[in-house]
Amino acid sequence: MAPELGQYALVLAIIVATVQAIVPQVGAYRRDAAWMGVAPAAARVQFLLVLFAFGCLMVSFISSDFSVVNVFENSHSLKPLIYKISGVWGNHEGSLLLWILILTLFGAAVAQFGQNLPPTLQARVLSVQAMIGVGFLAFILFTSNPFSRLDPAPFEGNGLNPLLQDPALAIHPPFLYLGYVGLSVAFSFAVAALIEGRVDPAWARWVRPWTLAAWCCLTAGIALGSYWAYYELGWGGWWFWDPVENASFMPWLAATALLHSSIVVEKRDALKSWTVLLAILAFSLSLLGTFIVRSGVLNSVHAFASDPTRGVFILAFLVFVVGGSLTLYAIRAPSLKGGGLFRPVSREGTLVLNNLLLSTACFTVLLGTLYPLFLDAVASEKVSVGPPYFNAVFVPLMTPLVAALAIGPMLAWKRGDLAGVLGRLKFVAALAFLTALAVAWYAWDIMPLAVLGLALVVWLGLGVFREWAERVRLFRWDIVDSWRRARGLPRASYGMSIAHLGVALMVLGITASETWQDEKQLIMRPGDVETISDFELTFIGAEKVPGPNYSATAATFVVTRNGQPVTILQPESRIFPNPPMETTEAAIRSTLAGDLYTVVGEGDGLGGHAVRLYYKPLVIWIWLGSLAMMVGGMISLSDRRHRIGAPSRKQAAEPGTKNRDPGALAAAGAGD
Amino acid sequence: MKPKRQRLVIVVTGLVFIGAAIGFALFALNEELDVFRSPTQVAEDGFPADKRFRVGGLVEDGSVSSKGIVTTFRVTDGAHSLTISYDKILPDLFREGQGIVAMGVLNTGGTFEAQEVLAKHDENYMPPEVADALKKSGHFKPQGGDS
Amino acid sequence: MSDSAKTDGTADTAAEAAAGKRRTRYGLLLAALPIAAFVVIGVFLFRGLSLDPSDIYSVMIDKPAPAFDLPALPGKANGLSNTDLTHPVQLVNVFASWCVACRVEHPILMELKRNGTVPIYGLNYKDQPTAAINWLQNFGDPYDRIGSDLNGRVGIDFGVYGVPETFIVDGNGVIVRKITGPITPVILQKELLPLIAEMQK
Repeated sequence: MAPELGQYALVLAIIVATVQAIVPQVGAYRRDAAWMGVAPAAARVQFLLVLFAFGCLMVSFISSDFSVVNVFENSHSLKPLIYKISGVWGNHEGSLLLWILILTLFGAAVAQFGQNLPPTLQARVLSVQAMIGVGFLAFILFTSNPFSRLDPAPFEGNGLNPLLQDPALAIHPPFLYLGYVGLSVAFSFAVAALIEGRVDPAWARWVRPWTLAAWCCLTAGIALGSYWAYYELGWGGWWFWDPVENASFMPWLAATALLHSSIVVEKRDALKSWTVLLAILAFSLSLLGTFIVRSGVLNSVHAFASDPTRGVFILAFLVFVVGGSLTLYAIRAPSLKGGGLFRPVSREGTLVLNNLLLSTACFTVLLGTLYPLFLDAVASEKVSVGPPYFNAVFVPLMTPLVAALAIGPMLAWKRGDLAGVLGRLKFVAALAFLTALAVAWYAWDIMPLAVLGLALVVWLGLGVFREWAERVRLFRWDIVDSWRRARGLPRASYGMSIAHLGVALMVLGITASETWQDEKQLIMRPGDVETISDFELTFIGAEKVPGPNYSATAATFVVTRNGQPVTILQPESRIFPNPPMETTEAAIRSTLAGDLYTVVGEGDGLGGHAVRLYYKPLVIWIWLGSLAMMVGGMISLSDRRHRIGAPSRKQAAEPGTKNRDPGALAAAGAGD
Repeated sequence: MKPKRQRLVIVVTGLVFIGAAIGFALFALNEELDVFRSPTQVAEDGFPADKRFRVGGLVEDGSVSSKGIVTTFRVTDGAHSLTISYDKILPDLFREGQGIVAMGVLNTGGTFEAQEVLAKHDENYMPPEVADALKKSGHFKPQGGDS
Repeated sequence: MSDSAKTDGTADTAAEAAAGKRRTRYGLLLAALPIAAFVVIGVFLFRGLSLDPSDIYSVMIDKPAPAFDLPALPGKANGLSNTDLTHPVQLVNVFASWCVACRVEHPILMELKRNGTVPIYGLNYKDQPTAAINWLQNFGDPYDRIGSDLNGRVGIDFGVYGVPETFIVDGNGVIVRKITGPITPVILQKELLPLIAEMQK
């Protein structure tokens, strides 16, 4: 019964969404309050309907109702409850339903928290949101129905793809979708603003919290996915520049740029048409990612089973959404009035630089991701673009970005004093330089880039601290005053510092783990001892262990350091018979100082086993850094000004930045 | 600065910057891109030594031998085969008759030194390059390289 | 609302308005850049869709079926080998119990069996034999002979890309046609039955 009810709910939802797409839009055009008033109500109803449908699918999964194709293909009665639940979105149809659920959740949230929005803007935003909803609901109903039945019902399910039976991967998609879909709100705001022909600081203020929320989720989603790849794929790598990874990374880069450019709109009423474009692009890239992942045009380790009709549908939808919004942009953007002026050397200037670098980075990822497709279409040449390309373009793009990250927040709005800021950063610069010298002495012949990387870490890390110190006047040695100022700083300011610090930590993790990694691949026999970094690993042996639905080769290593026992590591390699699938269960000893990573492969038939051993110093800081970025975003989101919501347009139209006092200016201009 | 000029400066700097970045990216793409060749293409047209590329086909029956961690095997597209050596752990489900893709370089002796070997085992999946190459060779024969 | 929109605090003079007009012209050009770029990308994405290997070829068409000799499933008398392919026309159907699409086409195979239209041979692909037997007991067994291709080797020789697939083999053991994916009623009526009728002439 539940599947049928779920399907009816989806049909009702698409009807409601159609009404929500049309009526408020017409109402906003005719200034008809009653028609506009349909929007919030419809958004809530739509959410409840999709929630109900999602609940129905979840009931089918939890009760192992194998008469539902989707449940049969992706679940198994003996599976732990958490994987029965995560099985709901561990497949194409269910994940699409989750996507729509989140989309309508955001729609309902705009209806709920957007009550102080001008009615026409709210009506238009919700109408655009509903248009996206109609597209996705049609997609699920016509090409990917999660509620299809099997008759007769099988007794047992196929089980979830073993690679997906993992806690990190169970919660990874919801976060990712919250991020992807959260960007739809910024998109809807941008399109609504283009229809209204008006972008102003108040608009930026409404858009920012939504973008920030989406950005936090996207950051968390990407970090979780990367951590999963690190411990599950068994190569010790954490980022493979795989099309599916790129599909999530591109919207992240665009959203990061949007986050920063909307500050300029909010504070200085400038960069308006660029910001609107970014808002459109960020969501467009999310959709493009969906297309890439689900159409099978690009090959990937994570790709869902491909289906050409789905590809055509998403592409048509992509053309409608992206093509439509960009056309609207081409028509309306030139009439958006330019706002506040600024010198190239100013806070705005560095934010423009940030945007240039991030959007260029985003474009190069797009280029690398789609290039195989271009060549295949033009020259029928099958190529792949691997990490070397992305590394080659990313290092030169990210270096100035990270370097500017320490300077930007210290520059004044409108017209900055670069010499003054550099003067205040001279101590930091000196330390960064000393670091560079030390690293060059130590690691030049291993990896010259390490010099740059670690110098940047010191530069940015201390730069963030220096900026904070300046705001609280730490170096005037008036602790009471500093304490008072520190407490008085807006949360958004702390959010920024923590997020920027996260960048530094991440660069630290990447640089150190790439530079000083110790790696060995060899055959070991029981009793063999191998030294990796300063650990001695004794291979006790490996044996075949039967698992519930797989057979595993389990190895045991005893780890000592200087003869002192450290730990025992037991990596496994599992083979699942039906359908055939292998998974590597790396055994990792993770500490803040570094990870000891062991993988076991097949036996050579002579008592030996192929093993991979890695020591990766400071690698965990890659994810702790991303965590810091996410936490920074959340702290910023909790800022009072975001919570209270935007002030009326009149007040926001006068960004007060006349004050010359750097401390007061910093306090006033915080929030970035 | 006048609004017009400011806008112009930003737009021009931006475009120049993006243009330069794209130029660089395209250059890097050309340098770093890995083309795919089938064993037949390698046999007939050769491939520059020490330039990285990908090759794929089916692992020939009876061609796998290992010495320590180094495994040597041949991949075939039915018409020709290519000897590959690999000094890392092979994927667990690597076996004879399986479609694989290897990335690496050709050494002067004509052996392909693989840096990475992928074998995919999803039932609805054969690496498209392999499928494509098999189609092109038109020589897909039963029993792999027994002929 | 747009008509009432006044720029925030700045008054337009005549000169600035003129400058604004000029600005608008290349502003328009600039604003049209993203959509132009998207059109290009869209064209390639569309091409990419048709390049998709979903249109699966078979190099085996018009070639003799590969030589193989597969054991029977437990409890079944006969296995399957290429020497069994002796009828003027027969189907070799690749199936597995873990495959949902096989369920979809199964009633059609059962009907073919009931009507005695054509002999059907099963290639049980990468399946646990006991699971396959259960599956056949539950749904019915349309096959005249079944070979158990445990490791999928024979499937590879046939160029099997996914499950289900159906090969139409003639009296000389040559593969005439291949149907990728489940046999639907449409395929049955429009393709399969006419082909079988013609070959049985």
